[in-house]
Amino acid sequence: MEKEIIRVETLSKHFGAIKAVDQITFSVKEGEIFGFLGPNGAGKTTTIRMLVGLLRPDSGSAVVNGHDVIREPVRAKESVGVVPESSNLYGELSAVENLVYMAQLYGVPRGQWQPRAEELLKEFNLLDRKGGKFQGFSRGMKRRLTIAAALVHRPQVLFLDEPTTGLDVMSARGLRSAIRGLKAKGVTVFLTTHLIQEAEDLCDRVAIIVKGKIRIIDAPGGLQEMVKETEVLEIQPRPVSPSLPKMFEGLPGVEKAALVEDKIRLYGESIHNSICQILNRLEANGIKVVSIKSLVPTLEDAFVKMTGVDAEIMRVDKPMKMGGMG
Amino acid sequence: MGGELKKAYYIARKDLKAYYLKPPLISWGLMLPIVFILSFYLRNPQGIQEVSPGLVGMTMLFSTTSMSAIVISFEKRIDALERLLMAPISLRIILLGKGLGAAAFGWVMGLIALILVIFIFGLQASHPFALLISSLLSCFAFAFLGILISVGVREVFEAMTLSNFFRFPMIFLCGVFFPLTSMPLILQIIGYALPLTYSVNAFRHSLLGHGGLLPQWLDILILLGFCIFLFEIATVIFRRRTQE
Repeated sequence: MEKEIIRVETLSKHFGAIKAVDQITFSVKEGEIFGFLGPNGAGKTTTIRMLVGLLRPDSGSAVVNGHDVIREPVRAKESVGVVPESSNLYGELSAVENLVYMAQLYGVPRGQWQPRAEELLKEFNLLDRKGGKFQGFSRGMKRRLTIAAALVHRPQVLFLDEPTTGLDVMSARGLRSAIRGLKAKGVTVFLTTHLIQEAEDLCDRVAIIVKGKIRIIDAPGGLQEMVKETEVLEIQPRPVSPSLPKMFEGLPGVEKAALVEDKIRLYGESIHNSICQILNRLEANGIKVVSIKSLVPTLEDAFVKMTGVDAEIMRVDKPMKMGGMG
Repeated sequence: MGGELKKAYYIARKDLKAYYLKPPLISWGLMLPIVFILSFYLRNPQGIQEVSPGLVGMTMLFSTTSMSAIVISFEKRIDALERLLMAPISLRIILLGKGLGAAAFGWVMGLIALILVIFIFGLQASHPFALLISSLLSCFAFAFLGILISVGVREVFEAMTLSNFFRFPMIFLCGVFFPLTSMPLILQIIGYALPLTYSVNAFRHSLLGHGGLLPQWLDILILLGFCIFLFEIATVIFRRRTQE
């Protein structure tokens, strides 16, 4: 049986009247990439903050690498690396100074500070900027150095909160490949994301979290399998308006309608039987159909069908905090 | 424990390296005490000796608390303080490290002021060991007071403003410019509740050889009490704030 490296049971946290995390239970196996997928405000960051000892849970328990995060926070922190959502290293220090400082804080033996720092700078393609101050780095470089800083003590588990938020396509792609590289080295990765594609690309298993509750945990393929029976019809209407999905409420055969970018997606188990009614309803409302096609359900479709959360909401990035100092 | 204390030292060393040239530190921690010393000297060159111990204490207070404000509120604003909270270090060691950095900065500034008053104004330092101990304890007490003030605010300027709310009354209530005994009873009582009073008192013993209200050993003991008390309070408040 594979070893469980993170075990969370009925973990809860509320802020005032808001239940940010509500009785969640899950476990992460050693060596896997486990993703927390959900819209902003679903409780992803709150969960990570509890697991890394930044926030005290109201109830429940969390054990990371054999150490209870409430009772033995310092021991639990020793074997984990954390990459917060904002790249929060020290702007006044250079790249190498930042890494050496982290090595000092994580108890890395003195003789390894410099070699380990240089090794990581090389690995994350920052060696030529090792003397440059963090505050002068681009967003992608800051992100890379923040991840390098979390790896300085060779942790067994790496927590990544929204790793690619705010990055350009190339930087995000590079980062995803670096995360896969960590898995290859045996590091267990726990990441949060609001990007369905990212979860599908990277994760061995995904937990879908909405409003503080875990809806389902499965491999991305397994989640898709669950909606295999579902047919997806994608229609490009003209004109497009946010109220379009409402038009299909109550239509026989249509279980869910959602606006994805400028197209309407309709979900149902035998939606092909309702195509005539769908087209009639559009025509009756003065909407022209530019194109219509049947799709193979994706993880995004699985997500939309299971949670009721529109995929559009998932594409909204959180407002970026300022990383670094200035 | 030795490893933990080393981490406190690394925290302090990083803070000193990263922040000693920050503008608020230069204006509030360095310029202000220098302006005070100069203006007092120009106004009354003969009386400068009598107020020198107070000026040294005041320099330490302003420099130390300014550094505390920077290392806490500045790092809180940019989320860098979380770096320390995520690391395998107990909260007490983090605060000890932050306090050590601030105290070291304030102590060096106080030392500069001390050298100034000794060499320029001709004071003599008797009981140097007692002076060393009382000055170190003073700086630690001020550092933890500064941390306590800064932990509740988000911006550096707020920390500075809130610090001034405590610092400026202390100049007048702690015997910096005139003896505590010359003040109304109620102000004397407030004065006795503030650490700077005991710093100034202890410094007077060492630099003037007279004028202390309490024996110097008692000043030192009370300053030690302030250090422990303020450190414990800062730990409790900090823990509460960071877990919110």
